[in-house]
Amino acid sequence: MSTLTVNGISKSFYGVKAVQGVSFEIGPGQIMALIGPNGAGKSTCFNMLNGQLRPDTGSVTFGGHDITGSAPSEIWRHGVGRTFQIAQTFGSMTVRENVQMVLHSVNRRLWGLWSPLMAGYAAEADELLEAVGMQEQADRACCVLAYGDVKRLELAMALANRPRLLLMDEPTAGMAPKERNELMSLTARLVTERGLSVLFTEHSVDVVFEHANTVVVMSRGQLIARGTPEEIREDPLVQEVYLGSGAFLETSGIGQ
Amino acid sequence: MYDASTLFVQLLNGLSYSSTLFLVASGLALIFGVSKIVNFAHGSFYMLGAYVALTVISIMPNTAYGFWGGVLIAALIVGVVGCLIEVTILRRIYSAPEVFQILVTFGLVLVFQNLIFEFWGPDEVLAPRVPGLRGAVTIFGERIPQYNIVLIFVGPIFLGLLWWLTHRTRWGRLIRAATQDREMVASLGVNQTTLFTVVFFIGTFLAGLAGALQIPKESANLQMDINIVVDAFVIVVIGGMGSILGAFLAAVLVGVINAFGVLFFPQAVSVLIFLVMVLILIFRPNGLMGGRLIPQRPSDLSIDQPFRPQSRRAQQATLAVILALALLPLLAPIYVEVMMTEVFILAIFASSLHFLLSVGGIVSFGHAAYYGLGSYAAALVATRLGLPMGAGIVAAMLAAALGGVVFGWFCTRLRGVYLAMLTLAFAQILHALSVQMVSFTGGDNGIVGLARPAWLNSHVAYYYLALGAVVVATYLMRRALYAPFGYAFRSGRDSLPRSAAIGINVAFIQWGAFVLAGAFAGLAGALMAYHRGSVFPTDFSVATTVDALVMVLVGGVQSVSGPLIGALGYHIVSVELIRNLSDYWRLILGIFIILFVLKMPQGIVGAFMGRFGKGER
Repeated sequence: MSTLTVNGISKSFYGVKAVQGVSFEIGPGQIMALIGPNGAGKSTCFNMLNGQLRPDTGSVTFGGHDITGSAPSEIWRHGVGRTFQIAQTFGSMTVRENVQMVLHSVNRRLWGLWSPLMAGYAAEADELLEAVGMQEQADRACCVLAYGDVKRLELAMALANRPRLLLMDEPTAGMAPKERNELMSLTARLVTERGLSVLFTEHSVDVVFEHANTVVVMSRGQLIARGTPEEIREDPLVQEVYLGSGAFLETSGIGQ
Repeated sequence: MYDASTLFVQLLNGLSYSSTLFLVASGLALIFGVSKIVNFAHGSFYMLGAYVALTVISIMPNTAYGFWGGVLIAALIVGVVGCLIEVTILRRIYSAPEVFQILVTFGLVLVFQNLIFEFWGPDEVLAPRVPGLRGAVTIFGERIPQYNIVLIFVGPIFLGLLWWLTHRTRWGRLIRAATQDREMVASLGVNQTTLFTVVFFIGTFLAGLAGALQIPKESANLQMDINIVVDAFVIVVIGGMGSILGAFLAAVLVGVINAFGVLFFPQAVSVLIFLVMVLILIFRPNGLMGGRLIPQRPSDLSIDQPFRPQSRRAQQATLAVILALALLPLLAPIYVEVMMTEVFILAIFASSLHFLLSVGGIVSFGHAAYYGLGSYAAALVATRLGLPMGAGIVAAMLAAALGGVVFGWFCTRLRGVYLAMLTLAFAQILHALSVQMVSFTGGDNGIVGLARPAWLNSHVAYYYLALGAVVVATYLMRRALYAPFGYAFRSGRDSLPRSAAIGINVAFIQWGAFVLAGAFAGLAGALMAYHRGSVFPTDFSVATTVDALVMVLVGGVQSVSGPLIGALGYHIVSVELIRNLSDYWRLILGIFIILFVLKMPQGIVGAFMGRFGKGER
């Protein structure tokens, strides 16, 4: 049974067809990378799944719910967590408070005026921080963290509503290679531990072929291939699309 | 009703005022576009232009050349003054948070008011009629001064000149480029410093020119700075921040509405203009011609440490201070208690603003609206209905909370500068209503004769009431700040995308914060009304808002205890010393505000904490 079903979604901007009839499915345990050259429509496609954009046609179903064009917060309530290309956390709160904030929202306790936020869901917050290895830094201010740690915190926040699907927009952008692999290994571990699925867009082919177990490729607004990393590597159509950066497969360091 | 010829002549008069508005607003738009500074002092350059022109024209020969030459010289002088101020002061605050920028330019307003008062005196002065344009033109049997007809053309001429400047010259292209993305312009090797100074020169020159051109029509007076700058803000907001063409269209709109409003709704002209602005902002949140505001790189000042709850020692210290204040009436003379009563009330007011400003990052530049709603509600309930003080206080908090419901609904749809301008607009609407609805609000005379119940009549009793109120109100606001609601409010400030992604309805939370802060500001207004026994339209004025902003600033925007310290420091300094001891209080206060922002932007508590390390904020 699939977790997320994308059925023929399209989007045009002022006559430019950014995405045309894209369909795919993600099942439990899948780590799916959405790749494609610049301008292929990855971001548009991604934003139609997370609620930033409403598809012109087609539908998005998640766990039996039609979430086509739903607001980001609604999609989140259905059990989709997300991380941003530039990590979005609350800079003026401590690491633990960031997670506690999400937990209060999960439990619909945002309007409390009396008992302190710090006293609520502290144990649950620490559990999530431990899952991403941030428990040591729980009391630090978020704005003084290293960027890799901010990304891990963001992951903990995305996990707070026990999502079944994580949407990660260029999760490793702006990170050093070592940090990249750590973050993606952590993600892979969480997928196994928590029975998640992950859909991520990515520019770094190292990350894609190392960590994804399914790859979908977009070009000029259309889905042109779907398969395991090995299949995608051999796919002549994908090779043709990426010919401009022809060194793509040979020098990407996968075999090393 | 009016016949067609009256209406047509009124239209022409409106258009001639539009030219004045356009000159001021286009300068404001240019300066905002490039420097992103909301120049509250822009009206002061307009006023300066009017007074300088009076002097220059009086020494020029009494001919047409003398007049127009004098106008030009006056505008040039104002432009040079603008340059000097840019170089000495404003250049230092380009990367500061906008609330600091607004405060600095308001400091300049005070300085200009005081200096112009010193040089030209308090009297209204009208310039002699313009040589060559002394007569009137008869149109459809109605007479209209020739000078007004000439002024109609000034606006379009300068629109053309500015278009030529910004589209056909290298400097103009740089100005447009900097309006879109000033960091990119800087990284292309353009000397930003010179560019900003030139833009300031042009902007203040235009304001000075408008002021100089106005004096044959309207006598120069010491209120013209605030009046014009509020109109100019409205125009820039309606037109779209930084858009010259938008400013022109909006100036025509406002000028015409103003002219017809005087005919049909003489009681509510300003209300009419603000309502038009509100309507336009609801349907076009970026104004008629405005593009999206490019978010600025956050400055160092806006990266904040988390609020920390009080340590045990700090709690003990707080209790000790409250105890000491409770014992104060035993030791101190009566005027100290009266002064401290005011400090307590203002501290409630400042704390409510602090809640919006530093927890949620909302620049409420019209916070006086809630304070005034509170004071007037209390006064009306007491004098019209004859109800006791307790009912007055409850009515005040309800009225101000209702103000928060109404204004917050509009304001939470906007962000940043637009939001600040809209909050200002609401306060100005109420100010105008309190002045104009004489039968209901007593007009400029306000409402007097609020009596306190017998048991609160003594200064000491009222001192204890105010002390109790400030302790309870501060405690409640602190709880809210550390509670999930306060954090949710903060979430919206820190990251909108994340807030939306975790199901926080930021606008709804902000709306709630407006209501909460409004209720406490209303409480402060009511307590002050009963303290003074009277209420006045100044309760709604910009100056009242600025008082609260300065208290928050003096205490430190990012310190929870800041508003209390700020109210104490500011009130003692401004009211007790400066206003009682000197004719120069506006000058001193203005310089104080400017220096404070430049030298100690983290405030007293912030500076103290910075020096002595971590601890309670």
